[in-house]
Amino acid sequence: MDPRTTEKLAFGFLRACIWIVVAFVAILILYIVIQGYSIMSWEFLTEMPRNRMTEGGIYPALIGTAHLVAISMAVAIPLGVLSAIYLNEYAKESRSTWIIEMAINNLAGTPSVVFGLFGLALFVKYLAFKPSIISASLTLALLILPVVIRASKEALITVPLAHREASLALGVTKWKTIRSIVLPEALPGIVTGIILSIGRVAGETAPILFTGAAFFLPRLPESVFSQFMALPYHLFILATSGLNPTETRPIQYGTALVLLILVLLINSIAIVIRKHYRKKLHR
Amino acid sequence: MSGINDFADIKVEDLNLWYGSNQALQDINIKIPSKSVTALIGPSGCGKSTFLRCINRMNDLIKVCHIEGRVKIDNKNIYDEDVDVVELRKRVGMVFQKPNPFPMSVYDNIAYGPKIHKVSKKDIKGIVDKTLQDSALYGEVSDRLDSSALDLSGGQQQRLCIARTMAVEPEIILFDEPCSALDPISTNKIEDLILKLKEDYTIVIVTHNMQQAARISDYTAFFLMGEIIEFGETNQIFENPEEKRTEDYITGRFG
Repeated sequence: MDPRTTEKLAFGFLRACIWIVVAFVAILILYIVIQGYSIMSWEFLTEMPRNRMTEGGIYPALIGTAHLVAISMAVAIPLGVLSAIYLNEYAKESRSTWIIEMAINNLAGTPSVVFGLFGLALFVKYLAFKPSIISASLTLALLILPVVIRASKEALITVPLAHREASLALGVTKWKTIRSIVLPEALPGIVTGIILSIGRVAGETAPILFTGAAFFLPRLPESVFSQFMALPYHLFILATSGLNPTETRPIQYGTALVLLILVLLINSIAIVIRKHYRKKLHR
Repeated sequence: MSGINDFADIKVEDLNLWYGSNQALQDINIKIPSKSVTALIGPSGCGKSTFLRCINRMNDLIKVCHIEGRVKIDNKNIYDEDVDVVELRKRVGMVFQKPNPFPMSVYDNIAYGPKIHKVSKKDIKGIVDKTLQDSALYGEVSDRLDSSALDLSGGQQQRLCIARTMAVEPEIILFDEPCSALDPISTNKIEDLILKLKEDYTIVIVTHNMQQAARISDYTAFFLMGEIIEFGETNQIFENPEEKRTEDYITGRFG
């Protein structure tokens, strides 16, 4: 075949692939928006569910999910980023580091329901946190920890050796070099890893199933040791075991839409932060 | 910087270096005079860059690297256990083969070292101005101190790296093939700069460029397979070498 025809065919094929992806995402978002739009109102966001969850809003679920995201990120980000710094900058290449890295990689591929069971055993039972926000948040933190560590480590690796050497050659300590050169340069990549984790924390159902998410709880959690409602679990309940799954369809899609918007919102904040740091880097 | 004799004489005694089981430097003995330019020449892989990196202990970063012998600066062996490597690198600056400015503004690149070494903000401004002038960069970049160092040309970036090194006030500056990535005009500017710098600093430069060694250095050491074959005044090395191998290399018969 003529090389130019082959090229056209190849490009056409690649373009088709990306259009298929875009189409799926567009249909998904459009469908949720169309189905959930009708119920969207201030009341839907700020009212308790009523009449056995067939009426009213999703306020407690929204608040519950916000708590989960905030607490699990507060735990996973420092722990994950600092672990990545240690692994990449300080740990010597040895058998034990290799084992640790293998464990992290495997952890990243572990099904989330396994994390749920682990959280139940460790936080709910052994540490006696009961089914609660704190149990669920810690479980979710464990779930995304490998993601944060891996993304941070990848970001740290890309910082050129030349920049580290330049700093060390100026009589700057290793720790100061990491803080003032390596970390700022790796930050956009680290933030990207965090962005991915936020979506996961907000959307996961299995890990919170055993660790504190309530079927129905028409009040706000009093402390981190209270049970809570969460958007993804609420959606799951309404769709599978609610009183009337067909009648509550708008509420289901409304919940999905809110979840989607919430994740997009947090992501855009993270993207703004990332942009800010990129700019500061003068790239 | 109290108690530091500005007569920074580098004395190397019986230096041997291995990468794993591979010996890269063998019985190096050399005295590098202060306030002069000493060029290290030799074919690729002869150990001259490795030797250069012994003088500010950059080889410490390489895990498999093992060193025996002494490198004395002001009669103090820098490989002694009580030597603070960070303090040493403040005294012995280094300019690398490829310009490696930080992804920051021109100003911040130079201010980086002094800032970390706790120089006051007011003094830093003075240091930046002075080093930019000393590195002959001031006229070219004075109006864009706040723009990215990565937007400068390669030659300007390298002079910025020299200015950055000078900003921490070292006594010795090591140059590792500083012009190998630069065009002839930029190379010229760097050479002029090095000639000017030797009034205040002891300079050791690794170079592949014979003319460059002849042009700027007072002393030349010829390295071959991890050994110093000959060391002496540059004129003597280039015009009347004692060793056949030195002559062969300089005249381009091998290497």
